[in-house]
Amino acid sequence: MDQQKTVADEKKHRTNLAVAGACVAFFGAMVGMAYAAVPLYAMFCQVTGYGGTTQRVTQYSNRVLDREITIRFDANTAGVPWEFEPVQREVTIKLGETKQVAYKATNKFSAPTTGRATFNVTPELAGAYFNKVECFCFTNQTLKAGETVDMPIVFYVDPDILDVPELKNIKTITLSYTMFLADKNKPVAAVETRESGKAISNTEANLGG
Amino acid sequence: MAQAAAHDDHDHKPKGWVRWVYSTNHKDIGTLYLIFAIMAGIIGGFLSIMMRWELAEPGIQIFPGLASMVYGVNGDAALDAGKSMFNAFTTAHALIMIFFMVMPALIGGFANWMVPIMIGAPDMAFPRMNNVSFWLLPPAFILLLTSMFVPSAPGAYGVGGGWTIYPPMSTSGQPGPAMDLAILSIHIAGASSILGAINFITTIFNMRAPGMTLHKMPLFAWSVLVTAFLLLLSLPVLAGAITMLLTDRNFGTSFFVPENGGDPILFQHLFWFFGHPEVYILILPGFGIVSHIIATFSRKPVFGYLGMAYAMVAIGAVGFVVWAHHMYTTGISLNAQRYFVFATMVIAVPTGIKIFSWIATMWGGSISFRTPMLWAVGFIFLFTVGGVTGVQLANAGLDRSLQDTYYVVAHFHYVLSLGAVFAIFAGWYYWFPKMTGYMYSPFIARAHFWIMFVGVNLVFFPQHFLGLSGMPRRYIDYPDAFAGWNYVSSVGSYISGISVLIFLYGVFEAFRKKRVAGANPWGEGATTLEWQLPSPPPYHQWEQLPKVK
Repeated sequence: MDQQKTVADEKKHRTNLAVAGACVAFFGAMVGMAYAAVPLYAMFCQVTGYGGTTQRVTQYSNRVLDREITIRFDANTAGVPWEFEPVQREVTIKLGETKQVAYKATNKFSAPTTGRATFNVTPELAGAYFNKVECFCFTNQTLKAGETVDMPIVFYVDPDILDVPELKNIKTITLSYTMFLADKNKPVAAVETRESGKAISNTEANLGG
Repeated sequence: MAQAAAHDDHDHKPKGWVRWVYSTNHKDIGTLYLIFAIMAGIIGGFLSIMMRWELAEPGIQIFPGLASMVYGVNGDAALDAGKSMFNAFTTAHALIMIFFMVMPALIGGFANWMVPIMIGAPDMAFPRMNNVSFWLLPPAFILLLTSMFVPSAPGAYGVGGGWTIYPPMSTSGQPGPAMDLAILSIHIAGASSILGAINFITTIFNMRAPGMTLHKMPLFAWSVLVTAFLLLLSLPVLAGAITMLLTDRNFGTSFFVPENGGDPILFQHLFWFFGHPEVYILILPGFGIVSHIIATFSRKPVFGYLGMAYAMVAIGAVGFVVWAHHMYTTGISLNAQRYFVFATMVIAVPTGIKIFSWIATMWGGSISFRTPMLWAVGFIFLFTVGGVTGVQLANAGLDRSLQDTYYVVAHFHYVLSLGAVFAIFAGWYYWFPKMTGYMYSPFIARAHFWIMFVGVNLVFFPQHFLGLSGMPRRYIDYPDAFAGWNYVSSVGSYISGISVLIFLYGVFEAFRKKRVAGANPWGEGATTLEWQLPSPPPYHQWEQLPKVK
């Protein structure tokens, strides 16, 4: 009787462990999924243009329509001591027409600094149809003190944009670049002035507001 | 063997602190969870009353003084620290109420106590793991409380990013250690919940008494089973997301750092993939409790048992594919919005099945409005109000104007603060005689109900008006135009605070008067297995497994 009970207990314990083991495996798989979301999400954005992610292509468009569209250019800097602006504020091109424009960057700092640009387009849905053949993005650019460079972009707008209900009447797409400081440790002086400036603004100027 | 059998005969329990700290008994651990939840609820409630005190009139009155008391800063620095402190209070209030009050009370407390008894099991499947689950919570709670007293941003203390801790606020915006402590706290609380979920799944699948098939299992056990699966699916995603935050903050990764090709919006997707199921985790056990109470006090079996069980499964399943309705304003495409609006509204169908089945259970029943029934009916009413505003907010077009206003605050407090908390109190008054063996004073319990009912409605109903007229949430101050209803809301929070004191007095009174409750104080309507045991149940129950017909 007791013997039987122990055997049954043993068996129950084993099925318990099996269920718990399955749960733990499931847990591990879900954590894996969370991390897998990072590359999957990036891929998803690349494919769909989600969030204004533009497309990288190697070929020019094979058809050009008569419909015209205006592309506006916007430039921002975040933490990098550069003057950064588009050479032209806007261009008007035909759908499918390939165009080269440039942004101009000048290092205003007394030492070499490195910047890195990110970008997106608005309206965000247009990202899937904004094809860049050549651009400067996610690559580090180092400028010597006072150096000025032109950074070219070659792009076209995919004529398929007319097939999207929300975009078929679109007149303007804005391409926005933000230049970040790439290596935060390098221009030590710049970072320090920035941070001490912040500290001052927090203790005095900013208060009471 | 004979010795062991003799050993089992009487209520052998360890003495003193050993019984509690080393406990592997599901009832003792459940009691610990309930005590923990009450304490956390008092702290979380204190935070909310301080916020309402501050918001009682326009201008900034309370928090600068509080900040100078707590952090020792003066003058303008105190004003600044006070504003940050308000943000830290909103964040801590949310995290405490979710992770340290509602979840421990419903899952750790009531489910631990009642699920093994209801399914005819002697204990949980892994009693030692159950102990670990509980004892992970106090350190997690201490970490979160500590985070309120350490720097986050220059001149600020405590995590100020809201419970959603979106980057970049939570990465570059809060460089101090407060955010790291909070993240570790959520990690540990999450580990505790995961262990608990694994334990419940194993217990419910493997430890049911002979004859207790899944389709005969009480609805509370069903609700806990679904909840455990939701935890198992969603918490790892939160754990992953906040680990990414932690490494972004401290180890130079750039999951959410845009300048290195990361995307802050990804965090919102991961967070809400956890966050939306989380709100069902908070409410589903409440559904289970309310089903039992409505059936007991209507003296009828619950209407549409299978429909009720599978409605919970459906809510749990659909709950995983609606997360982006928290993100309508983040620039998702029109088609994605259409999908999320539709999917969100679909949830109203199984929820409606539950509401109507409760009403149908009462219909034609021999209803007695004893205290638990009052709370359960109050729950149905308040939850439905919150559900209606939820269906409104599901509309992307409407949400665009109501996003982050007090309308949203009113909505989720109606379903959680009033819904889940009323379910907790319903369960408390339903099972208190069973758990302690003593009957509380019905007068005090009713006073608690009515005062709390008036109080919480005064807090949150006016917030609908404030939200509709555009008052944004999470601010320490507001324009004078919002003063009237804010004052009403604050008065409501004081009344709710008083009702909590009445609750505590009621518990004290019950233990002092020691009115014997008997095995089944609720009569023939109480049919689940726990009522076949004496009150309080023996230290080891079901040594002879019950036979379920």
